[in-house]
Amino acid sequence: MAKADFKVPELQQYAEIPAIEPDAMAHSSPFLSKPEFQEPLGFPGDLEDNWQEKAIDKMGELLGKYRSLRVYLDSCVKCGSCTDKCHYYLGTRDPKNMPVGRQDLMRKVYRRYFTLAGKLFPKLVGASDFTREVLDDWYSYFHQCSQCRRCSVFCPYGIDTAEISMAAREIMDSIGVGQKYCNEIISKVYKIGNNLGLPGPALEDTLEGLEEDVLDDTGVEVKYPLDQEGADILLVTPSADFFAEPHVDGLIGYGKVFHEVGVSWTLSSYASEAANFGMFIGSYENMRRISQRIRKAALDLGVKRIVFGECGHAWRVAYSFLNTLAGPWDFLDPRYPVPQHIMEFTYNAIQEGKLRFDKSQNDDMILTFHDSCNVARATRMGDKPGGQFDIPRAVIRAVCNNFYDMDEETIRERTFCCGGGGGLLTDDLMELRVKGAKPRIEALNNVMQEKGVTHLAAICAICKSQFSKILPFYGMEMDQVVSVHQLVSNAIVLTGQETEDEEGEESGEAA
Amino acid sequence: MLDALLVVRGASVSPGVPTDPLKVSGNMSFLTVLYAILFYFAAAVLLAGLIRKVVQYARTPAPLKIPTTPAPTNKAGVAFRMAREVVFFESLFKGNKWIWIFGWIFHFGLFLVTLRHLRYFIDPVWLPIQLVQPFGIYGGLAMVVGLLGLWARRFVVDRVRYITGISDHLILVLLILIGLSGLMMTFVVHVDIISVKLFFRGLMTLSFSPLPADPLLLLHLFLVATLMIVFPFSKLLHAPGLFFSPTRNQVDNPREKRHLAAWAKGLEQ
Repeated sequence: MAKADFKVPELQQYAEIPAIEPDAMAHSSPFLSKPEFQEPLGFPGDLEDNWQEKAIDKMGELLGKYRSLRVYLDSCVKCGSCTDKCHYYLGTRDPKNMPVGRQDLMRKVYRRYFTLAGKLFPKLVGASDFTREVLDDWYSYFHQCSQCRRCSVFCPYGIDTAEISMAAREIMDSIGVGQKYCNEIISKVYKIGNNLGLPGPALEDTLEGLEEDVLDDTGVEVKYPLDQEGADILLVTPSADFFAEPHVDGLIGYGKVFHEVGVSWTLSSYASEAANFGMFIGSYENMRRISQRIRKAALDLGVKRIVFGECGHAWRVAYSFLNTLAGPWDFLDPRYPVPQHIMEFTYNAIQEGKLRFDKSQNDDMILTFHDSCNVARATRMGDKPGGQFDIPRAVIRAVCNNFYDMDEETIRERTFCCGGGGGLLTDDLMELRVKGAKPRIEALNNVMQEKGVTHLAAICAICKSQFSKILPFYGMEMDQVVSVHQLVSNAIVLTGQETEDEEGEESGEAA
Repeated sequence: MLDALLVVRGASVSPGVPTDPLKVSGNMSFLTVLYAILFYFAAAVLLAGLIRKVVQYARTPAPLKIPTTPAPTNKAGVAFRMAREVVFFESLFKGNKWIWIFGWIFHFGLFLVTLRHLRYFIDPVWLPIQLVQPFGIYGGLAMVVGLLGLWARRFVVDRVRYITGISDHLILVLLILIGLSGLMMTFVVHVDIISVKLFFRGLMTLSFSPLPADPLLLLHLFLVATLMIVFPFSKLLHAPGLFFSPTRNQVDNPREKRHLAAWAKGLEQ
């Protein structure tokens, strides 16, 4: 079991709503950004003297730009429906991690400066000046929200705390109080092209290595092309797919599917990142700038279609925002949606009978599936609402014999965040990540006890990284997390592939 | 019963002879003048305040597609989703059954009460409003029961207690007192409701008529005017807010249709 300098929550069989414990997580704050990571994003390097005035001005600007912010700050009636819905509240008991508790950190400032009631009777309506203490609370608790939108499902007005925490982070960035993890990563995207700072030559090496591995395993020459002009499909995938386990096994799977369907495809060294951390910091401008890389890559390479790899928030930006931020896509093939998810691509290929599988290749695993929050509650796959739940499950069932869902209250639109989304996947927030994962791990643990589940399949780079890291805190193994396209990769039978028997004979001869 | 009279004799309630407003007001008691001014003021604040907020919400763009999915893929679907939220409180039902039951009882009760009260403002009283009269009384009872349930949660449930502010208590007290004073007039101390109708019809037609100086009635009306004035400056804005909530009112079609806010167009080349 991984070591922790905090108390790891005990898993329970039945989900329990904990009693509140004020300020239980007041000590949790991510590292502050540095001037060198602030300035490339267009933010001041340090907290400025007149920060209070600037922050209020910025809030006023955002209130005029985002209807969501304006309506959500006005509409909450404090009914309490959201109070037990956030995984961070359930894992930490801190009432400021209840969605309404978190929103109120901004609402009290909004009321003080932007509403008549708050100007005249601040005590009555819980309005408060924007003091240094309030700013510190903002920095701490708006970095304890993974923007997973679970609260918005249960709110009678659809108030989405993600909208509030994005606005809060943008306001803080505008006065020089940025978060190191997100802003350093965005600087890397601008400088090198991806979150992990992998330069083009390193990508090329990695992809060549994958080609060799697949050739060794299957005897089939599957290509993993980079910057190939004139390819049909531009694949945009999270950079974790290039090297980390189990992500890379997913990338191997995408390549096998493309190969077997017989389409030409390519990655781009310029847009070698699907992730878009501009969303996490609520910055339309940065999110747009990062998205524009994909447009440029698509134009430069002359592709006809764009497909995204397994990544949760990236799929949100891609599905919901890409047309807005980097469209119109009138230069691409109009027969296909722009963009498509790799899961849609594989699912369609399965429906059309273009793929053959040997499901028994996954018989060493009994699987369950984690609906990633952004995919579940902020996007769609396929033509029908809910395709984002059904299509990945259909793909898993097509390639595996053993699949069981977790408790209905914890999947689909009610899915629990992995605990590391929304720009919180950083070691300086480890306590938060472990505690926030509790509701998800609890449901996983139950299905492991009841159905003998051994592995958790996911379609998000952040989820995969987060689970690999925090499962050991709960006495589980880091390799219990798998990519869905890893399962596809295991089971797919490529045309001309050597079968198990032949391999067996070969090894026999070698001996 | 006065109630029945009010409805049945609806047509005859209007003053027979139109009178000069200035002359009539000269004979009015101080209380009547005060309440007339109060209700004109309250109605103006409510109307202007709500219009201001609705215009503000409508003019503020939603630059990104953010419906909480799964979401409808066309406008008819969105209308259906919104109707389910407005009529059944669908999301709240998913969230918490206790809040849902108390909240829904209160709002539905309030709805019936409002329908019942329309008889004070329309003449003759429309048939559906005549038919709804007895249900309005049950609505009044339901309203108070629902409110008491919601208020109890603010003391009993530690999470809800934590998020409850003074104004949250005050609004509940205001609504409960409105309900109780209204029920008192129905069940305990009857007031001359025909005169009440004449007073309000008078406000609407500028042919003023005296308001009975009944303490319970005056309290009831004062609280209602207070509610009207508070409405556009408080969390009661959740009523118009719901219709403008992007997570509920947007169509899930971002790949098919490009969505671009006016301010974001400035960023395009």
